[in-house]
Amino acid sequence: MSEPLGCDRAQALELLRQMLRIRRFEEKCAELYGKQKIRGFLHLYIGEEAVAAGAIPPLEPDDALVCTYREHGHALVRGVPMQSVMAEMYGKVEGCSRGRGGSMHIFDAQRRLYGGNAIVGGGIPLAVGLALADRMQRRRRVTSVFFGEGAMAEGVFHESMNLAALWRLPVLFCCENNLYAMGTRLDRSESQTDLTVKAASFAVRAVKVDGMDVLAVHKAASEAVAFVRENQAPMFVEFQTYRFRAHSMFDPDLYRDKEEVDQWKKRGPLHSFSDRLKALSLMTEDDFLRLDAEVLAEVAASVDYAEAGHWEPVADLARDVFAQAPAP
Amino acid sequence: MKTSYREAMRQAIREALERDPRVFLMGEDVGKYGGSYAVSLGLLEQFGPERIRDTPLSELAFVGCGVGAALGGVRPIVEVMTVNFSLLALDQILNNAALLRHMSGGQVSVPLVIRMATGAGRQLAAQHSHSLEGWYAHIPGIRILAPATVQDARSMLWPALQDPNPVLIFEHVLLYNTEGEVDASQPGDITRARIERTGSDLTVITYGGMLSKALDAAQQLAAEGISAEVVDLRVLRPLDEMTFLDSVRKTRRAVIVDEGWRSGSLSAEISARIMEQAFYDLDAPVARVCSAEVPIPYPKHLEDAALPQPQGIVAAARALLGRS
Repeated sequence: MSEPLGCDRAQALELLRQMLRIRRFEEKCAELYGKQKIRGFLHLYIGEEAVAAGAIPPLEPDDALVCTYREHGHALVRGVPMQSVMAEMYGKVEGCSRGRGGSMHIFDAQRRLYGGNAIVGGGIPLAVGLALADRMQRRRRVTSVFFGEGAMAEGVFHESMNLAALWRLPVLFCCENNLYAMGTRLDRSESQTDLTVKAASFAVRAVKVDGMDVLAVHKAASEAVAFVRENQAPMFVEFQTYRFRAHSMFDPDLYRDKEEVDQWKKRGPLHSFSDRLKALSLMTEDDFLRLDAEVLAEVAASVDYAEAGHWEPVADLARDVFAQAPAP
Repeated sequence: MKTSYREAMRQAIREALERDPRVFLMGEDVGKYGGSYAVSLGLLEQFGPERIRDTPLSELAFVGCGVGAALGGVRPIVEVMTVNFSLLALDQILNNAALLRHMSGGQVSVPLVIRMATGAGRQLAAQHSHSLEGWYAHIPGIRILAPATVQDARSMLWPALQDPNPVLIFEHVLLYNTEGEVDASQPGDITRARIERTGSDLTVITYGGMLSKALDAAQQLAAEGISAEVVDLRVLRPLDEMTFLDSVRKTRRAVIVDEGWRSGSLSAEISARIMEQAFYDLDAPVARVCSAEVPIPYPKHLEDAALPQPQGIVAAARALLGRS
């Protein structure tokens, strides 16, 4: 245990490694988008890596996870193999959703990752239902649901939060507040900009945490997951973060000053944590370069895998739309 | 045994709760109130609040919660009080319940049953008189049932709960008080249409609340020497087209009766399928009797005028046979 960090060196390096995996994976995705290997919508998480890297590891393997359309990082940290995420980005049948969903619909039933949901707030009631199923089957599991601050303007957030609180269901509501709902800043869309006040109005414990600090995220999420599991009741955590890239690859990013972006970049989760580890002599520059080389090799292998993948036969177009009816 | 449609549905729910511990019912006022249409009256006392769950007025959340619960391994029956309120839950029904299986590459299924009352005829005015099952029948990935008889009210729920697909059950508001014979041991079928009355001169194709009106019309036509076959669709998606196509090929004439608005309706779909597959068997153009394309008005005489009625079905049948 390293006192200033609150965790040991191996844990710290693992948090860094997960952030780096997301960063390098997505940088490659942006490049592949330019080459038209990845099409459709592509929403990058760059800048927000500390949230997924810190908030997901406290979950147990049989806990559940529901995410948004900006979920590559969550899938990677949850353990979905990078190659099957990359193949999904390509739309290849080797992808984790058989290539059917693409960037916004990463599913992995085995790891209890229930999407990848591209309707803002659409995944929130699913999490409430997953938690209800656990309650009814007497399983002490936690369901974590991620959504942006934009989703908190949607009625479904309020309805779902109320239901989870009313029925005391073990849902961890994880708000990734990156300040912008596409191009609309929080204070231009919500009358109450303190999101924990909104959540607390449902009589739910609500905290906010610096989402650019992976250790702070990890500590808050660990406490929150433990709280939800022990109390079998919901909790809300606001992770204050920022996306460095545009909303999607189609977004010209006209709604915010470059200075603002630069200010946030100074607090970038990767370099700030790296610097901290180096300052504490827990990592050398060589250590970092070695880690980075490993991650880059993993990304390169995932691209090779996706390139070598196959297109689903058109004959399978209607597969899995509708299951066979049971015999009468 | 003779029983009411309401009681048959309640028995079906009770049986499901008894047979499968994973089954539960949730919705607005299903518990203490006993259900807006009294379908679930008494179930809270028998099964307790864990399995008969009163929800807040949050259609979007509790339908979405049903989707999530189905993903999590239980078997929810979600009651949305009426189809009118289901519009508030449309996103969860379409974007999650119907799409998740395909979008996830077949990894997850949503074995969810959603029940709702539908239809007009009780002078409840425009916002409480919709027949939107045709809208839902547009969506791939869900099964749509319209039990029109007391027997179907009793027997369709159990197989619906065994279906890995999301199933929407539309119960016409005018049916709850109707009575009929029920054989509880008869296994339910959720795949086929049924010939409700055999005939030789024309086929009347209908479903749900319009079945009794179609049968009334067939009775009147019989008195005039016109033999009408009546097909109860029962399943609105996926359509059992073989049953109605075979009937139309036999009678060579078709009248479709649909309480939905005519434009873009289920009746339009059925008509198109007859055109595509039985055109050369027809002796007359397909006829349709639908609701007038107006919001359903409150006064009785205007409401009656807006909805399909037996005399309209009779008139359409006569016209097909060249009789005035």
